[in-house]
Amino acid sequence: MKHDLAAGELDFLNGDEAVAFGAKLCRPQVIPVYPITPQTLVVEKIAEFVAHKIMTCEYIHVESEHSAMCAAMGASMVGARVFTATSSQGLAYMHEMLHYVSGSRFPVVMMNANRTLAAPWNIFADQRDSIAQRDTGWIQVYVENGQEALDMIIQAYAIAEDERVYTPVMVNLDGYVVTHTYELVHIPDQALVDEFLPPFRSQNAIDFAHPRSFCITAPTDWNMEFRLQQQQAMERSKQVIAEVDKKFGAKFGRYYGGLVEEYKVADAEVVLIAMGSVIGTARLVIDQWRNRGQKVGLVKLRFLRPFPKEYFQELSGRVKAIGIIDRDISFGYEGALASEIKSALASTGKCPPVINFIAGIAGRDITKEHIAEMLAKLFDRRAGKAEKDLQFIGLRWPNG
Amino acid sequence: MVKVKELPDREFLYGHKACPGCGLGTIGRLALKILGEKTIVALPASCMSTVTTQYPQMNYTVPSFTMAFAGTGAVLSGLSAGLKAQGITDAYVLGIAGDGGTADIGLQALSGAVERGDDFIYICYDNEAYMNTGVQRSSLTPLGASTTNSPAGPASWGESRPKKNLFEIMIAHRIPYAATASSAYPFDFMNKMAKTKIIKGPKFIQVMCPCPTGWGFASHLTVEIGKLAVETGLWYLAEYENGKVKMNLVPKTFKPVEDYLKKQRRFRHLTEEQIKLIQEHRDKEWQTIRERWL
Amino acid sequence: MGKPKIVKFKFPESLAELPLGPSAEAGMLTEPNAGWRVQRPVLDHTKCSRCLLCWVLCPEGVIDKEQEILEIDLNFCKGCGLCAQECPKGAITMVQEGEENET
Repeated sequence: MKHDLAAGELDFLNGDEAVAFGAKLCRPQVIPVYPITPQTLVVEKIAEFVAHKIMTCEYIHVESEHSAMCAAMGASMVGARVFTATSSQGLAYMHEMLHYVSGSRFPVVMMNANRTLAAPWNIFADQRDSIAQRDTGWIQVYVENGQEALDMIIQAYAIAEDERVYTPVMVNLDGYVVTHTYELVHIPDQALVDEFLPPFRSQNAIDFAHPRSFCITAPTDWNMEFRLQQQQAMERSKQVIAEVDKKFGAKFGRYYGGLVEEYKVADAEVVLIAMGSVIGTARLVIDQWRNRGQKVGLVKLRFLRPFPKEYFQELSGRVKAIGIIDRDISFGYEGALASEIKSALASTGKCPPVINFIAGIAGRDITKEHIAEMLAKLFDRRAGKAEKDLQFIGLRWPNG
Repeated sequence: MVKVKELPDREFLYGHKACPGCGLGTIGRLALKILGEKTIVALPASCMSTVTTQYPQMNYTVPSFTMAFAGTGAVLSGLSAGLKAQGITDAYVLGIAGDGGTADIGLQALSGAVERGDDFIYICYDNEAYMNTGVQRSSLTPLGASTTNSPAGPASWGESRPKKNLFEIMIAHRIPYAATASSAYPFDFMNKMAKTKIIKGPKFIQVMCPCPTGWGFASHLTVEIGKLAVETGLWYLAEYENGKVKMNLVPKTFKPVEDYLKKQRRFRHLTEEQIKLIQEHRDKEWQTIRERWL
Repeated sequence: MGKPKIVKFKFPESLAELPLGPSAEAGMLTEPNAGWRVQRPVLDHTKCSRCLLCWVLCPEGVIDKEQEILEIDLNFCKGCGLCAQECPKGAITMVQEGEENET
């Protein structure tokens, strides 16, 4: 098996494998992980690395995802660097432990393969699973492709373990679209990663010389202050995210823009906003429309938490119409991204017209035609034509 | 054999808020005297966690933490792996969970951890109900006990299901070491704790912990009640080691179950018929024990 | 003595003084449990054989065996009466709090 990682190399990997290589490079010490489609290739690749002595770590075959996060908490509590991965039902199963880990301020890094939540049951991509966890106090980043996935695993540790942050990080990959798609991925040199990411020396771990009680009961007259701490750490992480992106770019030659990446937004009148793999498709359509002289742009929202409120407040004055693509919906209202972005836009008092497009649910492809349809609707709306605020795109029967 | 005079005077669990007379204080104190100060204690939701971690008062002098109810076994695996990964070999990883946190909501995590053979010590302190939340039944609540969500009344005689056999569940995992014990037999408990120090892999001790508040008896009778449980055959002291079961104490004849039952408020409602059912259940269980282990 | 003592805890006075995450110093005692008691144990050391059964059994660990005569930390004794009940020599008696008695 070709794994000469001494010099850094190009390899043909799927997104899951890219994550496995990313994890390998970060030298995690404990990996408690439970298999669930479409994350299984991560689990298997890492197990293969361990069996072939390419990785040295304690690999725990936990019996459930809830136990995976329990074990992750235990290992982090004694100062080990921890990696785990899950998806969909597994992410939901470990929900209470997500709160435990973030509230206890343990810098665990977890990959999540975005997959829809049952019922109805389906293994394909949407972002309902991780978006449903956005209040759990985890930093959340959404990647566009395998290269970004590998790179963000490394950056995730740098962000999480920063003493200004100490907040766990979830790296999201669209199920199958990214996890199982093969691309050329550059695997950075291990020595360079070691320089970028030194061994973990926890400031929040058990020390027998100075014994402490962890995850204590914080009574009513103290609890809110711990929550304020968490909120402030999340706010501080915005700066750390930007710093880490710059440092990573300088070291490895790839910059991602931090919280948000703009694509041809500078003079755009109409923009689309989205997270994850659909950005790759949308770039092509934006280019096509630009070639026809249309002033369109694309905002890649990378981090859902911490939410780049300031960016959207500033965007609200610059563009004339905004389309928000949600690969989720909060039943009884609208897509979660739409709610979050609109609230930031509206806080400025000058919010342009917004259409929320629900698309790509449970693996339904978001095609170039769908993106074009969204842009057309946005131009219609901008021209004063009636277009609903909330629209499902790509339905079998578009008229319901 | 543990020699009391050689045990440290030092207390590793002190000043806690457990009910007067509760066995968990005895269990926690003695366990840590045996294991020493390089022990990490995982405490899932239970009386034990609630009475020992009320900020700023922390009653364990060793590192401890409150844990999600369902995950004690799993967090012990994580602690153990984390220590191993860093080459720390002289610390103990101890979970102290209640009967509900072990046999009900915590069973999956315990089973997984034992099956994996991870290195830890697990004490299930068994007060036979969810005492911390107000005496609700668990799968370890014995036949006929009245609890707040299986109360005795015209439609019910209290807990209608027999006590789940956790000891046998652990044996079925071929665990390196499992034992049953009681806070009323502290020397037996300490000898068992001493074994957990030297055996590698998962070790499990289920310690009956009579509860004055939940069972309904005066606080000074904890040991008497605990002894009666064993003397009437409704609890036994045993060990599973090297693939074999050893019964530590088998009374030649059992006292009638009534001697035990009538001393506790939770059984006060039982009729003669129902007491007979409990006695018959005891006899049946012991028939199986004699066939298999004696 | 091997038992933690009550200390006057210094609460954090600003957010900056809160620990990183909800943790607290182990072995921190800030208040006695003595107020729980209705009765307290009185040891007649002339009857005591130092079998140490009371020391083993006490759920609170308030019995101290470091000196020749066993001592009881009344700051943390809850008066459960287990020691008196189980002492094989009957060396411990429970007396009502508030009553005059000889030690």
